[in-house]
Amino acid sequence: MSDTAVTLTTKKDWASDQEVRWCPGCGDYGILQAVQQVMPELGVAPENTVFVSGIGCSSRFPYYMNTYGMHSIHGRAPAIATGVATARPDLDVWVITGDGDGLSIGGNHLIHALRRNVNLTILMFNNRIYGLTKGQYSPTSYVGKVTKSTPFGSIDPPFNPLSVALGAEASFVARTHDLDRQHMMETFKAAHAHRGASFVEIYQNCNVFNDGQFNDITKRSVRDDMMINLVHGEPITFGSEVAKGVSMGDDGTLRIVNVDDVGIDNILVHDKHHHSPSLAFALARLNQDDSSPTPFGVFRAVERPEYSSEVSAQLARASEKSGAPDMDALLRSNGTWVVD
Amino acid sequence: MTDTIDHAETAEVLDRLVIRFAGDSGDGMQLTGDRFTSVSASFGNDLSTFPDFPAEIRAPAGTVNGVSSFQVQISDHDITTPGDEPNVLIAMNPAALKADLHRLEQGGTLIVNTDAFDERNLEKAEYYSNPLEDGTVTGYRVLRVPMTTMTKDACAPHGVKQRDAERSKNFFALGLVSFMYSRPIEPTLEWISEKFAKNEQVVAANTAAFKAGFNFGETTEMVGQRYEVKPATLPAGEYTSITGNTALAWGLIAAGQLADLPVTLGSYPITPASDILHELSKHKNFGVRTVQAEDEIAAVGVALGASFAGHLGVTTTSGPGVALKSETISLAVSIELPMIIIDIQRGGPSTGLPTKTEASDLNLAIYGRHGEAQLPVVATKSPADCFDAAIEAARIALKYRTPVILLSDGYIANGSEPWKLPDISTYEKIAVPFATETNGTDSEGRDVFHPYLRDPDTLARPWAIPGTPGLMHRVGGLEKQDVTGNVNYTPDNHARMGELRADKVAGVARDYGATEIMGDEDADVCIVGWGSTWAAIDSAVQRTRRTGTKVAWVHIRHVFPLPSDLGDILRRYKRVIVPELNRGQLCNMLRASYLVDAQPLSKVAGLPFSAREIQHAIMEGGQS
Ligand SMILES: Cc1ncc(C[n+]2csc(CCOP(=O)(O)OP(=O)(O)O)c2C)c(N)n1
Ligand code: SF4
Ligand SMILES: [Mg+2]
Repeated sequence: MSDTAVTLTTKKDWASDQEVRWCPGCGDYGILQAVQQVMPELGVAPENTVFVSGIGCSSRFPYYMNTYGMHSIHGRAPAIATGVATARPDLDVWVITGDGDGLSIGGNHLIHALRRNVNLTILMFNNRIYGLTKGQYSPTSYVGKVTKSTPFGSIDPPFNPLSVALGAEASFVARTHDLDRQHMMETFKAAHAHRGASFVEIYQNCNVFNDGQFNDITKRSVRDDMMINLVHGEPITFGSEVAKGVSMGDDGTLRIVNVDDVGIDNILVHDKHHHSPSLAFALARLNQDDSSPTPFGVFRAVERPEYSSEVSAQLARASEKSGAPDMDALLRSNGTWVVD
Repeated sequence: MTDTIDHAETAEVLDRLVIRFAGDSGDGMQLTGDRFTSVSASFGNDLSTFPDFPAEIRAPAGTVNGVSSFQVQISDHDITTPGDEPNVLIAMNPAALKADLHRLEQGGTLIVNTDAFDERNLEKAEYYSNPLEDGTVTGYRVLRVPMTTMTKDACAPHGVKQRDAERSKNFFALGLVSFMYSRPIEPTLEWISEKFAKNEQVVAANTAAFKAGFNFGETTEMVGQRYEVKPATLPAGEYTSITGNTALAWGLIAAGQLADLPVTLGSYPITPASDILHELSKHKNFGVRTVQAEDEIAAVGVALGASFAGHLGVTTTSGPGVALKSETISLAVSIELPMIIIDIQRGGPSTGLPTKTEASDLNLAIYGRHGEAQLPVVATKSPADCFDAAIEAARIALKYRTPVILLSDGYIANGSEPWKLPDISTYEKIAVPFATETNGTDSEGRDVFHPYLRDPDTLARPWAIPGTPGLMHRVGGLEKQDVTGNVNYTPDNHARMGELRADKVAGVARDYGATEIMGDEDADVCIVGWGSTWAAIDSAVQRTRRTGTKVAWVHIRHVFPLPSDLGDILRRYKRVIVPELNRGQLCNMLRASYLVDAQPLSKVAGLPFSAREIQHAIMEGGQS
């Protein structure tokens, strides 16, 4: 994060001269627009910003940003970004990944970057499909999903990306979707402001290989009943005609209730800063059955020591204790003898 | 040395001595060997060590699999190997005898702890009769010493518990050989007090045991003739005793200092490379950052990310780790960033022989990537040489903006030798000119940065690091357009980029200088070595030449790209022999590159060559 108070840039300053090459109608376009539009609001400079991605349609993203960037290899972006951020805590480092890139081949790196709480803003484009390799099921595809590699339907149960992130001790976890630029921008802004690893799942439509995957949730006609907008400190409510809300049953599970039936005082109040991830975890899994609404927004945002700062602090303490680097002293540190 | 050695006048002088300490993993043989080495080093002997660990950390006590040995050669002249055959073997239990007796020279001295030769231990070592009584040890000079009992007796007056006392029996053994081979005792007594300062009982027990061993030698007739190895006439200077892994770590730190770049290490623990991670983690005041990553792929990712950000990115591992890192190393070749990958080779394939040495990753290092992905490969030849090898790897990586693989092996990594400390101020600085300005114009005449506009001499691309205004650019594994670095899939461009990458790496050879031919340039036979075979080849060449037979020797530091004069040199010889701890990997390369009839001398046994094996090949033209 740059210390310079405000860096004046416009959206244009953040776009590279490269032609954007996703399929027409792909949800990735909307995400790119949201990122490019929010950057000037972050008060940072393009030269201090690095985008690291893996491989996938989504991972082409860095080519379109006029920043430093690396389109790396499949699944490894969180590891490479950890290197960038550890070496240079002064930089703003973003990771762009897909559901296959981040949760399949790169699942290990993702959970460890989150566990270490490296100062990264991780955007996972979840289209529940392998887009770039032309449509195989992914670790977020639902059971029964028919794809080229699962002609009889997928038999492996999917990951819930937010559950994975929370299980990996992520200090910032959020969800947004490609149809709502304003919501994406707000979410990215909050993720960027968080010191530590921020994980943002973005529901993204792949109109070629998995079109309409999120229609039942994010289409305007159903949104009000199928999306919950999480607001910190507010009761968790939604609903178009009837005011509905989320309350906790005696067995500790969450349930959807009519607000009028239980009274607003019995509706859960969202607390993204709660020290326990339990509520965030339960909320993340509210939509495990398709009929329940899906929460969006920031699920969790807690302070935890950040990795690259801790690394720097150890270096500073070592310098204080052992003094300036002295190669001659190092070579003699195991004892010497003299031959005349 | 300050302390005098009693009876030194009566000692017979040897020019060299090879001694092997062998016992159960729990018997402290590595510590004992280390102590004997340190005392000999500061006494002024030249020396070389070979710690030989069991493959399993907790192999059952008393079994042959659990034997841990430490071999050291000390001498009054320049030596490079820990010796082919020990003159003295200390066997702390039957398993140690079983594991190592065959190594002992005929007529050599065998010191056994008779207390350990009970029925249970014999059974665990799978001896069906007592080897001390059934003729197994005839032909050796056997010193039967009840070390455990005598250690316990020596400790008793100091109030040390019997069980604790038993643990000090390695110091009894050390005391005994210290007497027999006229080693100074004061440094060891001081060392015991310092090392175990936290526990008075342990200091008392070890001191008592050490003295008891020494006195036992002095007062009993058993030992007979006492021996002495005079200090070597090493070149004047200040010396330290160094292992390969420590020298490597220090070399990396020095490289960072010479380049004025912070070093960032990404590593995942693996034998025998972990000690480099341990050592580097200690020196944070040099600005060294170490990340113990979740796996080898992440470790090399961290190194590459750090390099992208303007650090000297390093990753350390062994063969299995190099295999995992392969894809990222190819990315580094494609995005042309400096990085050092260190492979401390061990016996393979797969988990193989983790604690044993081998040099069978040469093909992996040179060829083990997808696509045409050449990179320079540097090999170190001895523990102390690791320091310069690390600096050389860094110099190439930084100058040519390329990943470099540095090959060491388990023998070098854990072995130690006296090292005459270099004068760091005489080392040439490593220039790292980060790009700070645009270097081209676009179609509309605006200043732009071309990340793939190369230096015409080195073909290195500019290294612009994040934080530099105006030079924002994207790199990636997709093929890039020459000069602009934009994604480009056209056939001509791909062909051209492939050629540029290969030419750049080939150009590294211009920096080498003429290849040194050691021994007799006009011989009929030329030995070509690389890596840790240096020690055994050196001894073999010396011995061969002493017999009046001529032999030439070339030892290759840069195994890729090979020195440009090597082909011409090799064509001059009737016989070219390539000793390798693999099945002929360099040999095949030499044959393919130069069409010379190079012959392999292979050993893939988890052990280094003995000088004799190489000498035999030179003299007889035989295969080992
Ligand atoms: C080592 C390796 N294995 C496989 C691939 C092929 N591959 C490229 S992208 C991809 C899946 C991408 O899916 P996702 O991460 O969901 O990205 P999307 O294209 O959907 O945005 C696969 C299997 C590769 N590039 N590298
Ligand atoms: S394949 Fe799908 S995810 Fe990939 S660019 Fe096309 S629409 Fe987008
Ligand atoms: Mg996908």
